[in-house]
Amino acid sequence: MSDVRGIGASAERSALATIRRGLSLTPEFRKGLAGTLALAVVATAGKVIVPIAVQQTIDTGLKDSSPDVGYVTRAVLLCAAAVVLTALAGYVMNVRLYKATESSLATLRVRGFRHVHDLSVLTQNTERRGALVSRVTNDVDQISTFMQWGGLMIIVALGQLLVASVLMFVYSWQLTLLVWACFLPLMIALPRFQRWLSGAYTSVRERTGDMLAAVSESVVGAAVIRAYAAERRTAERVDKAVDANKAAQTRAQTIVGFVFPLTEIVAALAISGIVLLGVRLGLSGDITAGRLVAFLFLVTLFVSPLQTATEVLNEAQNAVAGWRRILGVLDTPPDVADPGAEGVELPRGPISVAFEGVHFAYPGGPPVLREVTAVIPPRSRVAVVGETGSGKTTFAKLLTRLMDPVSGRVTVDGHDLRGVRFSSLRERIVMVPQDGFLFDGTLEDNVRYGRPSATREEIELAMTELGLADWVDGLPAGLATPVGQRGESLSAGERQLVALARAYLADPDLLLLDEATSAVDPATEVRLARALEGVTRGRTAISIAHRLSTAENADEVLVFDGGRLVQRGPHEQLVREDDGVYAALHASWVSAARS
Amino acid sequence: MASKVTSAVMRQGMRVLGVAIRAEKAVFTSAVLASAVYGGMTVGSAWALGWATEHVVLPAFSTGSATAGALWTGVLLIMGAALLKSIGVAGRRILAGLMQYRMQARSRREVTKQYLRLPLAWHHRHPTGQLLSNASSDAEAAWAPLAPLPMAVGVVVMLVTAAVAMVLTDPALAAVGFLIFPAIAVLNLVYQRRLSPLATRAQQLRAEVSEIAHESFDGALVVKTLGREELETDRFRRRAEELRDANIAVGRVRGLFDPMLEALPTLGVLAVLGVGAARLASGSIDPGELVQVAYLFTLLAFPIRALGWVLAELPRSVVGWERVRAVLEASGSMEYGRTAPPPTSDPARLEASGVSYSYGAGPDAAAVLHDVSFGVEPGRTVALVGPTGSGKSTLVQLLVRLVDPADGHVLLDDVDLRELPYGAVAESVALVPQQTFLFDDTVRGNITLGLPIGDEDVWAALRLAQADGFVARLEHGLDTRVGERGATLSGGQRQRLALARAVARRPRLLILDDATSSVDPQVEARILHGLRDAAAASSVVVVAYRMATIALADEVVYLDRGRVVDRGTHDELLARCAGYRNLVTAYEREEAERAALSAEEEAARGAAGQEAAERAAVAAAEEEGINA
Repeated sequence: MSDVRGIGASAERSALATIRRGLSLTPEFRKGLAGTLALAVVATAGKVIVPIAVQQTIDTGLKDSSPDVGYVTRAVLLCAAAVVLTALAGYVMNVRLYKATESSLATLRVRGFRHVHDLSVLTQNTERRGALVSRVTNDVDQISTFMQWGGLMIIVALGQLLVASVLMFVYSWQLTLLVWACFLPLMIALPRFQRWLSGAYTSVRERTGDMLAAVSESVVGAAVIRAYAAERRTAERVDKAVDANKAAQTRAQTIVGFVFPLTEIVAALAISGIVLLGVRLGLSGDITAGRLVAFLFLVTLFVSPLQTATEVLNEAQNAVAGWRRILGVLDTPPDVADPGAEGVELPRGPISVAFEGVHFAYPGGPPVLREVTAVIPPRSRVAVVGETGSGKTTFAKLLTRLMDPVSGRVTVDGHDLRGVRFSSLRERIVMVPQDGFLFDGTLEDNVRYGRPSATREEIELAMTELGLADWVDGLPAGLATPVGQRGESLSAGERQLVALARAYLADPDLLLLDEATSAVDPATEVRLARALEGVTRGRTAISIAHRLSTAENADEVLVFDGGRLVQRGPHEQLVREDDGVYAALHASWVSAARS
Repeated sequence: MASKVTSAVMRQGMRVLGVAIRAEKAVFTSAVLASAVYGGMTVGSAWALGWATEHVVLPAFSTGSATAGALWTGVLLIMGAALLKSIGVAGRRILAGLMQYRMQARSRREVTKQYLRLPLAWHHRHPTGQLLSNASSDAEAAWAPLAPLPMAVGVVVMLVTAAVAMVLTDPALAAVGFLIFPAIAVLNLVYQRRLSPLATRAQQLRAEVSEIAHESFDGALVVKTLGREELETDRFRRRAEELRDANIAVGRVRGLFDPMLEALPTLGVLAVLGVGAARLASGSIDPGELVQVAYLFTLLAFPIRALGWVLAELPRSVVGWERVRAVLEASGSMEYGRTAPPPTSDPARLEASGVSYSYGAGPDAAAVLHDVSFGVEPGRTVALVGPTGSGKSTLVQLLVRLVDPADGHVLLDDVDLRELPYGAVAESVALVPQQTFLFDDTVRGNITLGLPIGDEDVWAALRLAQADGFVARLEHGLDTRVGERGATLSGGQRQRLALARAVARRPRLLILDDATSSVDPQVEARILHGLRDAAAASSVVVVAYRMATIALADEVVYLDRGRVVDRGTHDELLARCAGYRNLVTAYEREEAERAALSAEEEAARGAAGQEAAERAAVAAAEEEGINA
């Protein structure tokens, strides 16, 4: 269980297998794919209309000294009708393609998002938030760009090359070989060019990231920069990052600038060859003038696929990488899994908790919790104390099943936590973390997050019961006050008040507070502690404490030190054990509070 | 948001382009020249092909012979045109990119310089996210049309050359061109006008989808502990589906116009063939000229769209540039005086007299400080105490001149802060703010911030801040990079580095704004004791709730609702200031009350116990009695 792997990128899979698996997850895309491809073929076939029309005009219409205007007109009208038809096919194909890709990718995006939330906190934390977000945003966008442009271009380009080659072959196999001989070396070289380009683009992305980070320091660090007169130093750092970004962009653009026109030169070589060889063939009667001129037009069909090839290849590479990353999410099994329908549904009522020989270590790390055995009876008020790193927070995370123990087990009302349905567990046991994270919205929205069905009156009542009504009234718009992104418009202490109200509204049978009021001012904290005492009566309440009075008022104190539960009992008893950890902790609290 | 290509947007857009052209005259001129070569040579390559058809291919078929001279001239013309065209393309692409990236870099540098120059009060009025996007996406959008601009100018050259070439070849065929090419241009314009609001909306939704994911993953712990995964997924799904619909709407417009834009030139070539056959019949043109014009149509079909690309980028560009310009033109800067402070390392004297400050201006202004006066004598420690929201942090910002008071003065060694030159305040005063900020730099870089402070002094500062232990354990010690905003460190570690940064400068006045809130009480106690010993060489202002911190102060200034309610020693305030007493003794009173309460309970329990014992004794006696 402790073997938490990070979120993979499924790199072990080949590009083709990745795409196949990616498509298998999006049935919307496969449905009707054949029809869309058929339309794409029709749309592509339209590209050879002009060369055919040119050939017909010259060979049939202009054969004699006086051109056959009637024949040319008929041919032109027929071709025009074909052009309109292919344009129509193009329209329908495009609309179908957009609908299919967008629907399938929206599904993939939502599945990926949901799966991220199903992963354990530990797995989520193996990756930076931004990278995690990327997996359901940019990575999916890259797949979408590819499916709508690059992927289509590959099909169109292959079709175009095929149709042109077939027609060429019909006109003259010798000239066809010549054209291919000219273009083949370029085609072979293209993947190499693409690798250069992709390397250059990667460095642009990295430098852009650095640049944005440097610029953001000048905004986020505005106060510190001024207080320490570090403006010039910061400006130098920003200038360096901006210039490095510019240099990387210019380098990538230079590669594009040199690779792009190569196709033109190769095309000119091919055209020159056609003229030289064609005339010779014409002299021996192997080709007509119209067919020869048609070749000049057919060569242009080779130009655009090859000109865009590096970009298309690059997109294909990005799309495969995107697919790998989103599949990486979906293929990472949730290591703290919901037993779902097979799980136990806990009946409502006071909760008892038992830790039985619980061990925990972070993957590859030393043990942080060792041989912890403890019983917390229903309705009891427990304080958990210890220095930073003693294992208190790990204890809380195991109790709320944010993580599973490496060995031993945690039970609630006698049921192993691993067998309890998440919906039941999350309803009955709620933890308030130290960092009061709020969503961008009003105060009311955030409190209601604890119980989405709560009415405004219930929310007001909850605030009153917690003794927070005065505070709410003092805010500019009361409950309707917007809290800003991540709650940044409120102070750290105020955020904690909202987080606490949110958890209280959820009405759990076991409330676990992880230093949940550490940033609140003393007078308010005392008021809050008292209110909590009232409202949690009859429930099980566990507080990870940073303050003396929490421990003093608890029915029982659990003292952690170096990952072990070293002492337990009521405050009065523990404080008298002179050489105990608790007595030392208590002494330092007392001196901090009253010195 | 201006997303449509209106004539007003066109005019503004042209002005924005003008700014770039004036700034990068040489690069722009070279790019346009390269693009003109490209444009001219596109027409030239069609002409070369027409020449080869007329003078080499057709004579060979009609006469059955070809002269080597004509053959090689044809090849030379074709290759020459292609080579020149390629050079034009490469030059145009590289130079256009150079111009765009240079302008973006220039805007970014200028915008950041403004961020660093403008006073903190300006920062308070602008959300962080907005300022970041001004420097990133707005600077990018403002100069985005520069990439296709030289090409568009080249296309204009190309079209003029082509028009001349066609008119010279045959007015009738030219007439076909004059119908088809304006039609392509108009169609393209309509296309961009229809597309750009839809594309803007899709872009907006993409940002919103990303925002929801970001917020939701940031709050993963809350989502998990409350079991709200389904709720979050619904929220995300709704926006993802809106994005899907917006993208499909974009796809419809693209799907409609792209095939039309491709069909139109093809129809043009067919018209050329039809009209050309009649012209050939009347003997007005020869077959080579027909091939030349038809080929020209094929070549022009794609580049003509470049005009549309520039137009499509203009609305975004105008909006981006306006936002960038708003930053560049923001006025107001901190003025500095010239009174040099005395060269001394003695503790500083600080005095605030009659200081007032409000956020915002005019009638909406929210006054946060009213007539605040207090002093710090050299070498003394003053604690600022007050409930949340009483104005302590604002006052601290005034003391180090991050902002200037609306009224009153802050005097450092009897000189008004506003009369000191730039850098003088930072030289004497070090602030450790409530919100720790670390640069993406090494531990050493974060502490010295470029000052020549030796490693020994850095370690001494770290020791004082109780940070030497964990820094020594870092893999690269002082050279360890701390990551963006110190992401690799815990909150307490970051706070201790920020503290070390301040003490490493040996400030004459040290200001701590609740600077040890994320540090364990035991560690905090050690830091405070260390500071008390070392701070002999400096005066200290400390904002705190904790008694241990307050106890270090020689004097306490009690603030409430932006006013100094009382000042004096801790004991004096405790005796006479109810608000202060209420705040700092909250825990103690609580304990006392609880002690009293539990004593009562115990007494009650005791009484009850006695009663029970008596009852038991009676019962026992009775039993005995019965037995007896």
